[in-house]
Amino acid sequence: MKHPGLKSSLATIIAALGLAAASPAMSFTACQVTDTGGIDDNSFNQTAWKGVQDAQDAFGVEGRFLESQAETDYDANINSLIEGDCDVIITVGFLLGDATEKAAKANPDQPFSIVDFAYDPVIPNVLGQVYATNQAAFLAGYLAAGMTQTKILGTFGGINIPPVTIFMDGFVKGANHWNAEKGDSVMVLGWDLETREGLFTNNFDNLDDGRAFAQNLYDEGADIVLPVAGPVGLGSATLADELGIDRLKIIGVDADLYFTDTERQHVYLTSITKRMDATVAQVIEATMKGEFEGGLLVGTLENGGVDLAPLHDMEDLVPDELKAELEALRAGIIDGSIKVSD
Amino acid sequence: MNAMDKATQWRLLGRTQVEDLVIVPLFAFVAALFLGALVMAATGVDLAVIGQSYVALVKGSVGSLNAVSETLTAAAPLVLAGLGLALGFRAGLFNIGAEGQVVMGGLAAVVAGVALGDFPAIVALPGALLAGALTGAFYAGIAGWLRAVTGAHEVISTIMLNLISYRLLDYLLRTPLIQKEGRADPISKSVPDAAELPRLLTFIDANLRVHAGIFLTLAMVAVAYWLLFRSKLGFEFRAAGENAVAARFAGMNASLTIILAMAIAGALAGLAGANQTLGVLDRATPGFSAGIGFDAIAVALMGRSHPVGVLLAGLLFGALEAGGRQMQVDAGVSIDLIAIIQSLIIVFIAAPLLVKALFPWGFRREGSG
Repeated sequence: MKHPGLKSSLATIIAALGLAAASPAMSFTACQVTDTGGIDDNSFNQTAWKGVQDAQDAFGVEGRFLESQAETDYDANINSLIEGDCDVIITVGFLLGDATEKAAKANPDQPFSIVDFAYDPVIPNVLGQVYATNQAAFLAGYLAAGMTQTKILGTFGGINIPPVTIFMDGFVKGANHWNAEKGDSVMVLGWDLETREGLFTNNFDNLDDGRAFAQNLYDEGADIVLPVAGPVGLGSATLADELGIDRLKIIGVDADLYFTDTERQHVYLTSITKRMDATVAQVIEATMKGEFEGGLLVGTLENGGVDLAPLHDMEDLVPDELKAELEALRAGIIDGSIKVSD
Repeated sequence: MNAMDKATQWRLLGRTQVEDLVIVPLFAFVAALFLGALVMAATGVDLAVIGQSYVALVKGSVGSLNAVSETLTAAAPLVLAGLGLALGFRAGLFNIGAEGQVVMGGLAAVVAGVALGDFPAIVALPGALLAGALTGAFYAGIAGWLRAVTGAHEVISTIMLNLISYRLLDYLLRTPLIQKEGRADPISKSVPDAAELPRLLTFIDANLRVHAGIFLTLAMVAVAYWLLFRSKLGFEFRAAGENAVAARFAGMNASLTIILAMAIAGALAGLAGANQTLGVLDRATPGFSAGIGFDAIAVALMGRSHPVGVLLAGLLFGALEAGGRQMQVDAGVSIDLIAIIQSLIIVFIAAPLLVKALFPWGFRREGSG
């Protein structure tokens, strides 16, 4: 830029005019860009959007969203929000990491917050929101290992990226923990801790893939499947619905799918919740108060950022002993006596 | 050649072509917007919001420098791939495979760009573009060769090749030569600066994305026009498309014509892919093609398989894409609605008689010209 002075002084004048016009009730706009799963995916993007909606109800902010239909939309969507006077732009998903970084560096005065991405070094106008989902997934793995009849569990992911595989890591380790405690030999198909290879649909939007992958795992003997692929998992839930929960149960991710996928709520053993709604609302509140700071926000079992959802309809199927063990595990993870990562 | 023929020959478009290329799409557009408004009203959107959303559509497509930049950015790959499809259609080949050719071309451009990254831009950029075009040509050529040699219908083989290209992309993006260092997911290395299609207006605003691909696009429109209407090869394409049997008896090599037409179509689609990876995304990822190859079918049909028509249709589709984004921002209207309006436009364009019946005053009466 050749005349930074001119541009910033213009911006100041415009900002001053805007303040004068809007004076008593200053409006605050929070904008969100989804990834390709869409705003109504029942899990990932929808949970983050719920954070904006909660902020709308609680603080009277205005909320807007833009759906990305393809990777080519990320830059363009962020761009059109920069034009649209957003007080904070929230980008949802690891795959928007590069686009967000580019936009943040080109627009250093615009606060950004991204779900599932941590920048190293920190970008001063971006707040990353990341989640220790392996803590909750560890509990889910232990629970599933205690519940399986076939001694085989299955999992698959959307894309082989850290915010997806962290679920699978925790799940496998939780099952291994069960094996170590009980001298059992429950196997998890679909993710190898050592090679870091596994089953991936390579997308976050194809429900047919969700069905096909769950079918394959079921054919290999799995009776509980954890799909970590946003709406793709809904396809797996449909299969479980048709087979019946005696033969296949599903573990939800991101939101408590018992509530977001009400049609098939009976197939969910539990859900590994990732409270993006809480952290997004928190970021909006902080920005409103002028306390926005770039950096990192980590959700854990301890601060409620991640958790295991209630068992709902499965409550009676799960033995009380197992429930008690899960409670003890949770306490152990929080106080650090049980390690969920290496 | 008589005087009349001479007179029309020196004009790019005749009167009938103007009706086909400009008036029918224009009325189709109006009718589609009207029906789109009805759809919005039926889904419970207020009249005020409908108005606001159409204002946003205009604002987001031509209302500002950024809007124009976005329209051109979205239009360029559609025009390039659409030109290729138009050539195929003229030769009587219904090529559904632009999507796969976009994928392969775009990926090849990235690979070549990375390999040539240490050379100056004057070598690296043309090299990367050429790699994209050649790979697209090769990939489409497979379908052409199958058609020419075995008679396998290109509709089937190109659809299958599309599916293969998706999986091949997933696989290749995870091979060490292509995959970005330190990532486990399928994502390519970044294209080095030397091989990038440079952005044109970043000196005004860093957010303007329009890039040198638009010059490539315009050049290809001219090349396609020359090829189709001024060259011997183009004449052979058109002859084969009008009547393949007559063309063969006229001494044209039908097999070669099919393979060449497919290969040139593939080269243009490959350039569309290269345009995306070198100009917009700076890398390849699964799904980077984003349905461009399918939208380009609509662009080619709407443009009546005429290079100028394809250019105009591509600009319209680019404008709808850029404007559609603004509709979401300003009016909160779903992006799905834009898809409905696009589809409605295609329906109306595909049925010119319907448009002529709806808007009779816009056209010459039959036989009066």
